[in-house]
Amino acid sequence: MQPLNLTAMTAVSAIGTGSAATLRALRSRCSGLRPRDFAGIADGYIGQVDDLETHGLPSTLKHFDCRNNRLADTALRTDGFVGAVAAARRRYGADRIAVVVGTSTSGIQSGEAAYQARDPVSGKLPDGFDYRHTQDMFSLADFVRSALDLHGPAMVVSTACASSARTFIDAYQLIASGICDSAVVGGADSLCAMTLRGFASLDLISPNACRPCDANRDGISIGEAAGFALLEREGKGPALIGYGASSDGHHMSAPHPRALGAIAAMRAALGSGNLSPADIDYVNLHGTGTRANDAMEDMAMVEVFGTSTPCSSTKGWTGHTLGASGILEALIACLCIEHGLIPGCLHIGALDPDFRARVLINNEPRAVRRVMSNAFGFGGINCSLIFGSSG
Amino acid sequence: MTVAVVQGVSVWGPGLPSWAAAKAVLCGTDDYVVTDVALPPPSLLPANERRRASLATRLALVVAQQASETAGVAPGSISSVFATSNGDGAVVHTILEALATRQPVSPTQFHNSVHNTAAGYWSIATGSQQATTCIACHDATAAAALLKAVAEVHAERRPLLLCVYDEPLPAPLDAKHPTDGTFGVGLVLAPEDASAGMARIDVRYAGSSEGVADWLPRLSALHRLAKGNPAARLLRLLESLARQVPDTFSMPLLDGRVDVRLEPCSPADRFLN
Repeated sequence: MQPLNLTAMTAVSAIGTGSAATLRALRSRCSGLRPRDFAGIADGYIGQVDDLETHGLPSTLKHFDCRNNRLADTALRTDGFVGAVAAARRRYGADRIAVVVGTSTSGIQSGEAAYQARDPVSGKLPDGFDYRHTQDMFSLADFVRSALDLHGPAMVVSTACASSARTFIDAYQLIASGICDSAVVGGADSLCAMTLRGFASLDLISPNACRPCDANRDGISIGEAAGFALLEREGKGPALIGYGASSDGHHMSAPHPRALGAIAAMRAALGSGNLSPADIDYVNLHGTGTRANDAMEDMAMVEVFGTSTPCSSTKGWTGHTLGASGILEALIACLCIEHGLIPGCLHIGALDPDFRARVLINNEPRAVRRVMSNAFGFGGINCSLIFGSSG
Repeated sequence: MTVAVVQGVSVWGPGLPSWAAAKAVLCGTDDYVVTDVALPPPSLLPANERRRASLATRLALVVAQQASETAGVAPGSISSVFATSNGDGAVVHTILEALATRQPVSPTQFHNSVHNTAAGYWSIATGSQQATTCIACHDATAAAALLKAVAEVHAERRPLLLCVYDEPLPAPLDAKHPTDGTFGVGLVLAPEDASAGMARIDVRYAGSSEGVADWLPRLSALHRLAKGNPAARLLRLLESLARQVPDTFSMPLLDGRVDVRLEPCSPADRFLN
């Protein structure tokens, strides 16, 4: 593949708003997970972004108002992202920049509220509930395109927890085929009763702050995040230098027992970048903290990389931000490259003794040239991205 | 020029229960008559999974399988793009109702609520490890999906399956996005140097909505369906494929449009259909 530069990038999550805050939290090993009662649901820990309840959208975009778009708006206003897109708009034209963003549940929290406010007789939803601009899956791309005054093609990619990771691949293909010159990628997923209750119904929520790769790990902590990157052929910045995608073809919510899908995605990413396993300095794992995912991913790591490539999960900091995890962890990968840091897993009492991959549990300052970032999702969907310094 | 070759096609919708039946209607040989025909079961899906799959998912699987068959490709052997505006609305509704009434959420319903449910069941049904992506673009979903699918074929130089489908949302959500009929289309698209196919299609995006009027099918009897179901915006393309006539039309995409040019392949190259 021809590398694409990430000429601007931002993310907001429970560990902070923007790159500097995210880096600070990684360096200080300060988790954003807190025990919290969200929407009357008291189980476990969550990675919540503060102040969304009072965040106002610009007056021309009020019809998009919902927690998910507020979260996206917070990210857009950070790290000079709006300004970088405005400059790109002048270079390429507003109709030559695509918006390809991912979410798994969009503004479903607005739908949850609307269902509680149904007319008791007719069952009708409230007139004020703007389904199209909140709950509808496309709402996020529509909002981002409007907020950035872009007029190129737009779509939401919704592949569960691989949503925002997959946007890099879909945008790459649009640029490579000449449909557009540049793209805004990334996505947002926000806390809502549907995911908190849904994951609880699958017995996948840890009563503790999640601890990926720990011998006693017992599930995920759900977080929320939004993040965006501007992809261009020209310019400076870290670059997308490899990508791979696959399906498990096995089960809707359980990973493949022999990790075949994950292995295929990781190998495809190396292949597309003409890279060998030795070229990768660090793998940021999907590492959710469930027993099944982490064991499967260890198997894939050993099969593709052997036992010496450092790897870890950063979900102990942010929680599992579902469809937004791909863009949040892309930002983390780029921070590792830019600042020479590999974060070790948080909250580890003892590493799973069955794991054979080289899982780090302490931060290591060291030069990092290339990082692989994994994202896997329901439906058995797998994406691996490789980031490196450009040039 | 971003080009792909159509190698397989399928359709299922009101009065259009197969590509063969649809072809006769789209060519003007048969009248368009809306009949109530049950969706055939997706035969590739194991019986226990079939019971768990919603109508939207079964619809997607049926057109995905039939498009693969008409193209002569083994189901699941190529990557895929699934596109739907409403997704699994019935599943999402059931969960929203459970949440509003403080009832437990079913774990099966929860993992079936994702937008990529149909793609997941397709890969399970076919034992496929091929890559897939799943997109949404409200009423312009078909235009965005066609653009995306042709771009992927062009960029990756590999064939893919495009599956676009939508069914009406259940009450009370239906009032918020009225949708007509249950409609799905499957297309197998191959790179432009493919040895055989039905037609070449060339897509490009333009940042202006001028010239979007000609996306409706020529047959006025189909206009209501084409306007009422996001997936049925592909009826114009299906009509030109069926008639094997060159065509140029534009599909609206927000304040822009996707320009599509269709050129039938020469008769010698059409052995597939």
